Amino acid sequence: MGVLLEVNDLVTRFYTQEGIVYAVNGVSYTLNEGETLGIVGESGSGKSVHALSMLGLIPMPPGKIERGSVVFQGRDLVKLSKDEMRLVRGAEIAMIFQDPMTSLNPVLTVGTQLTEGLKLHLGMNQAQADRRAAELLDMVGIPDARKRLANYPHQFSGGMRQRVMIAIGLSCNPKLLIADEPTTALDVTIQAQIIELVKRLRDELKMAMIWITHDLGVVAGISDTIQVMYGGRIVERGPIKAVFENPRSAYTLGLLNSLPRVDADGGGGRLHQIEGSPPDMRIEPIGDSFAPRNPLYRTERCFTETPPLRQVEDSVPGHLVAAWYDLPALRKKHEMEKLKHGN
Amino acid sequence: MEIKTATASQETKQQREVILSVRGLKKYFPITSGIIVQRQVGAVKAVDAVDFDVYKGETLGLVGESGCGKSTTGRTVLQLYRPTAGSVQFEGEELTTLRGEELRRIRRRMQIIFQDPFASLNPRMTVGNIVSEPLVIHNVYNKKQRREFVEELLVKVGLNPFYINRYPHEFSGGQRQRIGIARALALNPSFIVADEPISALDVSIQAQVVNLLEDLQKELNLTYLFIAHDLSMVRHICDRVAVMYLGKIVEIGPTNLVYNNPLHPYTQSLLSAVPVPDPTVEEQRQRIILGGDVPSPANPPKGCNFNTRCPVAVDYCYQEPDPELVEIEPGHFVACHRVT
Repeated sequence: MGVLLEVNDLVTRFYTQEGIVYAVNGVSYTLNEGETLGIVGESGSGKSVHALSMLGLIPMPPGKIERGSVVFQGRDLVKLSKDEMRLVRGAEIAMIFQDPMTSLNPVLTVGTQLTEGLKLHLGMNQAQADRRAAELLDMVGIPDARKRLANYPHQFSGGMRQRVMIAIGLSCNPKLLIADEPTTALDVTIQAQIIELVKRLRDELKMAMIWITHDLGVVAGISDTIQVMYGGRIVERGPIKAVFENPRSAYTLGLLNSLPRVDADGGGGRLHQIEGSPPDMRIEPIGDSFAPRNPLYRTERCFTETPPLRQVEDSVPGHLVAAWYDLPALRKKHEMEKLKHGN
Repeated sequence: MEIKTATASQETKQQREVILSVRGLKKYFPITSGIIVQRQVGAVKAVDAVDFDVYKGETLGLVGESGCGKSTTGRTVLQLYRPTAGSVQFEGEELTTLRGEELRRIRRRMQIIFQDPFASLNPRMTVGNIVSEPLVIHNVYNKKQRREFVEELLVKVGLNPFYINRYPHEFSGGQRQRIGIARALALNPSFIVADEPISALDVSIQAQVVNLLEDLQKELNLTYLFIAHDLSMVRHICDRVAVMYLGKIVEIGPTNLVYNNPLHPYTQSLLSAVPVPDPTVEEQRQRIILGGDVPSPANPPKGCNFNTRCPVAVDYCYQEPDPELVEIEPGHFVACHRVT
């Protein structure tokens, strides 16, 4: 499988009246054809902004891509003009967003919005586009597709609207689908429907996918690779099982430990909690952004020097971590000390 | 041996003291039509004959999808909405007939924490004023005592009392939720409705707030009605759980019984739809995917409410009236024709 997307040292900042917001602080990764990458992070982790930057969707000003490149099929997207970018967006890379109500135009019928891209990118005429649009709605599981083309977004429920968004996203057979929290606003039973649908379509259409979410459960079910972001940087990345079974960043470990599970009785104890709050993105990050919330494992160096993202020596290839500390060794040491004190 | 059993049963009896008893609670919102003369043409049956008890010191979870009536139930219990029918007894007093001063007096004992810590705090009031407002309204303490008490409360919920003169926008989401909790605690209530208190918070902050709620419960002997859609968190925090669908409770019971042995097909599919943060488990999980959407509560289906989406519905589920709750094992009730 070839490389589809290569992000190199992407840095995005916002120059606001209250000062500079350091949103994305050097993000680099590659995505292969057909791969599904799950990006996990909290609000302000830079997960959404980095995706919007790739597609030229951040408002400039106040936003600015300071440096870095996003190479998609041999072309650097950052350097494309607005018109060139418009031809990539929608046709080769599609994006679906969290809130299907605000990302659909309320005064245009669903049919109009679906056929717009078909006519623009694929050069179809109205009749061809209408036929294709009905096929697409049918493909995403909307019953009575032909008739529903004449409906407006408010005539659809939340789950159905997200299906429409997916149909629009897939209308031009993109090579890459970027989904930014597409199921966060939906109920769990509807979320399960949408995830099942997207998985099926991904396999049928053989597209690569970037799924951005804060829900580690969703990522566990859908991705090949997981990428954990914090403070505008990648703190850990790797094959999904390697990261869940053997997390190397204290942040990943903290997140995994803080989640109660629906399939197991937690035993009634307290939840493991990460102290403090996410970093203020208006302050230029120096060192490991998670260090202030990481009293157990941090080192002096975490406060002064930013750890590079590097291969974990004793894990599978592609399991990367940005940390100055050796998490398994420290956890073992803590365990031993606990035992000693216990005796 | 006999003595032991006696103490044990006495203990359970003590735990089982009912603090809140809800019977046949209904809340219909009218749908009107007409411009000058408004006529009622229908009703949204947000809560449609709900029965449950809440025991002292426990946490009862109320779960379900958006529009199922869980928040309306919470607010109707507190008389923030006046019920269309039914009775709500709190600490032995019937709330639905109380008015004015009598109702205000009893409201000191029951409070609410809201979902959105950004919308539920007045941006023009300082933290001190927000937290002390209930004390002012109910005329508790003089000014100096109030200030001291508010500082104490802030410490209790994990905020620096130094922040007392700051405004809500200066705080993060998790801190604002702590302010909301402090306000709810100000009048020393015995019962708190927590309406999705953590859904607006970041994952790493949710555990902090849940731990705080649990610590406060132990310390102050609080009873919670915990309204949520996060079924994993409900399993962690709740002693018992009630599952709502289209304005009715379809299953209620001790948390472990409901989660390990869900009886209603809706509960089963709901639980199977929750993603588990473990790729190995996710690979093997069998999901029961429900078709379609929740029907409109203005126009519920004939027969069982769930029959439009139910994977196991048979003829009589469409013909018989909506099933009643029936006890299947001790404390575990379900409303389903296929089970009972």
